[in-house]
Amino acid sequence: MTVYYTSEHEWLRVEGDTAVVGITQHAADELGELVFVEVRPADTALKAGESAAVVESVKAASDIYAPVDGVVLEGNPVLADDPARVSADPEGEGWIFTFRVTDASQLSSLMDAAAYKALLG
Amino acid sequence: MDTTALLHTPLYDWHMRHGGKMVPFAGYAMPVQYPDGIMAEHRHTREQAGLFDVSHMGQVRITARSGNVADAAAALERLVPADIVALKPGRQRYTQFTNPAGGILDDLMVTRLEDTLLLVVNAACKAADIAHLRAGLAADCDVDVLEERALIALQGPKAEDALAAILAPADATTLRAMAFMDVRALPVVGADCVISRSGYTGEDGFEISIPASAAVALADALIAQPQVSPIGLGARDSLRLEAGLCLYGADIDETTTPIEAGLEWSIQKSRRAGGVRAGGFPGAEIILAQLAQGVTRLRVGLRPEGRAPVRGGAPLYTTDSFADGIGRITSGGFGPTVEAPVAMGYVATPHAAAGTRVVAELRGRAVPCTVSALPFVPAGFRR
Repeated sequence: MTVYYTSEHEWLRVEGDTAVVGITQHAADELGELVFVEVRPADTALKAGESAAVVESVKAASDIYAPVDGVVLEGNPVLADDPARVSADPEGEGWIFTFRVTDASQLSSLMDAAAYKALLG
Repeated sequence: MDTTALLHTPLYDWHMRHGGKMVPFAGYAMPVQYPDGIMAEHRHTREQAGLFDVSHMGQVRITARSGNVADAAAALERLVPADIVALKPGRQRYTQFTNPAGGILDDLMVTRLEDTLLLVVNAACKAADIAHLRAGLAADCDVDVLEERALIALQGPKAEDALAAILAPADATTLRAMAFMDVRALPVVGADCVISRSGYTGEDGFEISIPASAAVALADALIAQPQVSPIGLGARDSLRLEAGLCLYGADIDETTTPIEAGLEWSIQKSRRAGGVRAGGFPGAEIILAQLAQGVTRLRVGLRPEGRAPVRGGAPLYTTDSFADGIGRITSGGFGPTVEAPVAMGYVATPHAAAGTRVVAELRGRAVPCTVSALPFVPAGFRR
């Protein structure tokens, strides 16, 4: 299992060709308490950078992007009734969706924890 | 973020000291939230008392060259549809600057004091408003921008207690006796303040105009009260949305008339057809005709089904085939007190009755919405 980070403040925990995707603590702190999370339907094929989900705070809607090419498997079912779980535990129980990575070579362009920490400064 | 190129209010350092997250707003660096976050700040204001820095708004004094405030009141009626002449000293009124098409250039509060009028206008419009006032009132009034004054709002059911606690006993008695939209000049933290019982949250509360040099002392004195927390622009927006109050530039603008916006209550009888000073403001023919004959669209409240917030810009239809556009949402979001999405928008008049079902388009999907009476939360005003 390897954890990658993106410059959009998302994390992916990859095992085989499957990734669990969420937002980082930094992103969760920036967004504030979430009131709604909507993930694209299962089996939606996405290119890296396309919107995979929308998270809404009181103030604004923000896109969560596909970090690499792949296919949406499912949204976190807990978030339908408890979107604030993302805010409370963004890198654990508040994961947002699972995703099948179709081009594993793209993962090498993402950051590891040390590089992401450096990005935050 | 880098907010160095932006204007600062007298409370900029105070916001930083309280952990305010500063964002650009109408040319100013303003706190969008503090560490508690928008949700908690919103609820705190509904339950206790919230302190808002609204010093970015324009404070303008209008003085008649005759020395008689009645002449200033009559002059201002050339620019707004409200009755300013009959406004009593120590009272405040909501109105709009209208344009010749009946649209709204800005909305504002007008206070009548013994010898002058005081106006509070939106930050984003203030340069244009001041030019408009100077052009419109040049013949008989002086228009002074009170750059050296800050404006602090204290809003919520505990606002009266919190403000009274920092006043001299006799002044606290005066404060507690104020009704909604009353205005009094009172000393606070040793500074000459003008306090109105008004606000933009749907709660009881006050707006305190204070010399800039004393603004930090006032904010410190208020925040020392156990009921008071600092509140940012994020919660200010969700509070006013739940209260059904218009945001200029979103719910009202130069293309919407006061009648379409449901603001006819702010046009008193004296300015309407048959009134003692009927018309006489820009766009009066159109606005008075709309009052008599009705309008083709109206601002309404909307309750979207489900949990997804539907925000400004979303188009509205009668059915999920998206075939027949009937309007659009102008403000929307999640209402922390309502605990559901709430929105406002314009719909064609046949769809404007409370209870009417309409459909908003959100990310290509249909979200059923119910037209709903405003406000979404009961007003807490002190009548």
